Amino acid sequence: MSDTTRRTAADLAEALATGETTSVALTQAHLDRIAAVDGSAESGVHAFLHVDTEGALAAAVASDERRAAGAPLHALDGVPIAVKDVLTTTGLPTTCGSKILEGWIPPYDATVVARLKAAGLPILGKTNMDEFAMGSSTEHSAYGPTRNPWDLERIPGGSGGGSAAAVAAFEAPLALGTDTGGSIRQPGAVTGTVGVKPTYGGVSRYGLVAMANSLDQVGPVTRTVLDAALLHELIGGHDPRDSTSIDQPLPGLVAAARQGAAGDLTGLRVGVIRELQGEGYQAGVLARFQESLELLTKAGAEVVEVSCPSFVHALATYYLVMPCEASSNLAKFDAMRYGLRVLPEGVDSPSAEEVMRATRDAGFGDEVKRRIILGTYALSSGYYDAYYGTAQRVRTLISRDFEAAFGQVDVLVSPTAPTTAFKLGEKLDDPLAMYLNDLATIPANLAGVPGISLPSGLADEDGLPAGFQVLAPAMADDRLYRVGAALEAALEERWGGPLLDKAPALEGGSK
Amino acid sequence: MTSETLVPFEDVLAAYDPALGLEVHVELNTATKMFCGCPAVFGGEPNTQVCPTCLGLPGAMPVVNGKAVESAIRIGLALNCDIAEWCRFARKNYFYPDMPKNFQTSQYDEPIAFNGYMDVTLPDEGGDGETFRVEIERAHMEEDTGKSTHVGGSTGRIHGADYSLVDYNRAGIPLIEIVTRPILGAGEKAPAVARAYVSQLRDLIVALGVSEARMDQGNLRADVNLSLSPKGSGTLGTRTETKNVNSFRSVERAVRFEMQRHAAILDSGRAIFQETRHWHEDTGITTAGRPKSDADDYRYFPEPDLVPVAPSREWVEELRGTLPENPVLRRARLQESWGYTDLEMRDVVAAGVMGEIEQTVAAGASPQAARKWWLSELSRRANDAGVEITDLGVTPAQVAAVQALVDAGTVNDKLARQVFDGLLAGEGTPEEIVEKRGLAVVSDEGALSAAVDKAIAENPDVADKIRDGKVAAAGALIGAVMKEMRGQADAGRVRELVLEKLT
Repeated sequence: MSDTTRRTAADLAEALATGETTSVALTQAHLDRIAAVDGSAESGVHAFLHVDTEGALAAAVASDERRAAGAPLHALDGVPIAVKDVLTTTGLPTTCGSKILEGWIPPYDATVVARLKAAGLPILGKTNMDEFAMGSSTEHSAYGPTRNPWDLERIPGGSGGGSAAAVAAFEAPLALGTDTGGSIRQPGAVTGTVGVKPTYGGVSRYGLVAMANSLDQVGPVTRTVLDAALLHELIGGHDPRDSTSIDQPLPGLVAAARQGAAGDLTGLRVGVIRELQGEGYQAGVLARFQESLELLTKAGAEVVEVSCPSFVHALATYYLVMPCEASSNLAKFDAMRYGLRVLPEGVDSPSAEEVMRATRDAGFGDEVKRRIILGTYALSSGYYDAYYGTAQRVRTLISRDFEAAFGQVDVLVSPTAPTTAFKLGEKLDDPLAMYLNDLATIPANLAGVPGISLPSGLADEDGLPAGFQVLAPAMADDRLYRVGAALEAALEERWGGPLLDKAPALEGGSK
Repeated sequence: MTSETLVPFEDVLAAYDPALGLEVHVELNTATKMFCGCPAVFGGEPNTQVCPTCLGLPGAMPVVNGKAVESAIRIGLALNCDIAEWCRFARKNYFYPDMPKNFQTSQYDEPIAFNGYMDVTLPDEGGDGETFRVEIERAHMEEDTGKSTHVGGSTGRIHGADYSLVDYNRAGIPLIEIVTRPILGAGEKAPAVARAYVSQLRDLIVALGVSEARMDQGNLRADVNLSLSPKGSGTLGTRTETKNVNSFRSVERAVRFEMQRHAAILDSGRAIFQETRHWHEDTGITTAGRPKSDADDYRYFPEPDLVPVAPSREWVEELRGTLPENPVLRRARLQESWGYTDLEMRDVVAAGVMGEIEQTVAAGASPQAARKWWLSELSRRANDAGVEITDLGVTPAQVAAVQALVDAGTVNDKLARQVFDGLLAGEGTPEEIVEKRGLAVVSDEGALSAAVDKAIAENPDVADKIRDGKVAAAGALIGAVMKEMRGQADAGRVRELVLEKLT
């Protein structure tokens, strides 16, 4: 592996600024790395569904020309990035990991993609994901699973396993993910990378193919807290095309990350969520979590335990709200206008309804069908109040728990995921076991508050990464970066370098 | 399609009470669509006024059109409704190819306007001008669907068609749906109430300026719900919903037809099947559509991509200040001030020239003169040209100026028509046209007197009759004089001269 691909985005930006390297050189280095380790559905990391060699290099050439003319568009101009396949990209396929969208090329860019392009970041390609972001392992992708770079027999988390694995495998310095119930943070935890779910409304959702509109949020997937802050500032901010986007300036995120990296958290109050630890959490994950708490205390923070009693109902609430919205969102995939069209067998001149049925039957995977059925049922006349109505009321209770907790502390913390990466196939036939992965990440989505996951070390029992989650009040995303950067600095000092240095070399890649 | 057995209308009324319900969709005339920036104009090439949002492409999101909310509030206020302080859009979920998302973004249990009424004036065959209060349940905002064209097959409907074409230009056009409460107690007047309500609602929409409100173009579409219950029972029977009845006259006919059809079914001991009905303009009948039950499950839930609409009370009051005068009151006020008979006023309203006459009178013409020009001369010309009278190109100020020339004796009515020819040909102001065309009435008494003498000399028989007291015969001599003067004489003065000379 060349040194280039191991460098952080902030470092690469600096190297471009000083003329030490060119965008073409580092874009090519990442494309080479992808060619070496990404493999296919059958072997290798398989983080990417589509690699846009030509487009990325063309963007890199343009970036170098701007740089030479002394007119870069942004600090990250020329630093390549990978984009989750749930965000629309003009001229590049956008499948959402589903057969039903195979071959669909959107005629428009998602706002976040447009912002990347406007800042001059070459887009390396589109990353793998659970179909329509429904899953916690990326095994529900219709195009084959992504594998965890720490152990290719294990899952990279999900739904954004592709983005996390791409960054963890040094195939990209930066990636975009989306997080509906933990799809950025949980993959970050199990791949030893950094993932941020911004405040709901903090980043535009225009062009994000919705799973659950009231929960979805686009966010950065990176290897360092500072890189996440740089990317978050680039994609964030008000978008008139998204009515739910907040029309307020973001707090300074990069500044907060730099401040945090200095290591002083004196006066900061940290709340450990009582309900998000203990039973169901792997011992090694909890051990790393405790160590991180000690480091925060050492940095001057005051660590206390707080209770959020409604969080125990978060998972059940999520599995009503999300399928209800998803069942309606996915109705548009009907073979009439774009995407897959399957004609029913043995039917002469089938009706539109018959074509819709055959297409949806063939085009959606089991997990998607499961959620469509759940949501359709829960919204049905006579059940709406009992299910959707109750779920919305519990959601309010969860928000109130957050408000009460943030009255006592500045940030809340928990392990990101209850376990380290499990084996491919291990939970595929047990949806409930799969859903439990998101226990700790879901409350933030239900309440719309921001959260970050950063690596807290390797669990003793399996040597795999564990994640540490920090949650902050809505629009106080800067706190995530301050606390995250401080903890990251303390941990790396203890480890003697980034955690990913401990990851095994990948076949095809040189280390 | 079989011909239905119908019960004579009088017999329906003897046995049953009708209950009416009207749902009217009004297509707003906003520049852009309900949830995106695409133009909301009528008649573009198919699928040229579309974008990711109104095509429902994956990832696209809606943004509420503020102008549409404003129009909805103004309609609500004009219908005496309460305006919600906070309301949301909801998704109405069902599959149909002309609906790009397979859900319609509409309002469900939180409409923007609710709890209003309209006082409807019934046509006054008896001359009493009775009013009937129609209660408005709600007016809510929603988006239109695309337009399907089913090709092949005999009915033009989806079943039996060879293939279907969909035009999404209409998808996302803002609609306001106005729903009445059940209208009870109309009895024999039910068809007239339905017609008067839709007609008056259209006048209101036009006065508000929020829609073109042309029923023939589908800007305003009425669905007619009707049920019968045994006379005096106070219950509500099973209803049918006749869709897209697209003229005032058809609304009246559809109600009457459904009353007669329901009665026939009920009389025979059968039950009404709850369904939609198709209206056939040509034959004046309805035929079965699709079954419709109250259990239709659209799985409504609040649209998570939109934030609630919460119009401030200040804004609502500001909009209340922009409401036009109530059309019913305005009509009564103008009729009173103009001194028109009910019949005259009805013709004026039917011709759609009330506003023109108002402006013509304001410019100085008498109400009768204004009515005469607009209803006869200009209506005829608009008809001949196949345009709306308001698009003819003659302004109320010009009509008043022409009439001023008549009043001054400069031209007579016949010459005034030639002035209108000149106006339509763009020859300048009425005064300039009179000058250029040499239309002024000759007021030279000498020339006129000579012409009268000539006519008497040339028509001695007629002159003798007048001398014998048959004054009615004067017409022939007056005609001869007018011909001699090429029409440019004051016929009244000519008559005076003839009589002076012969009696």
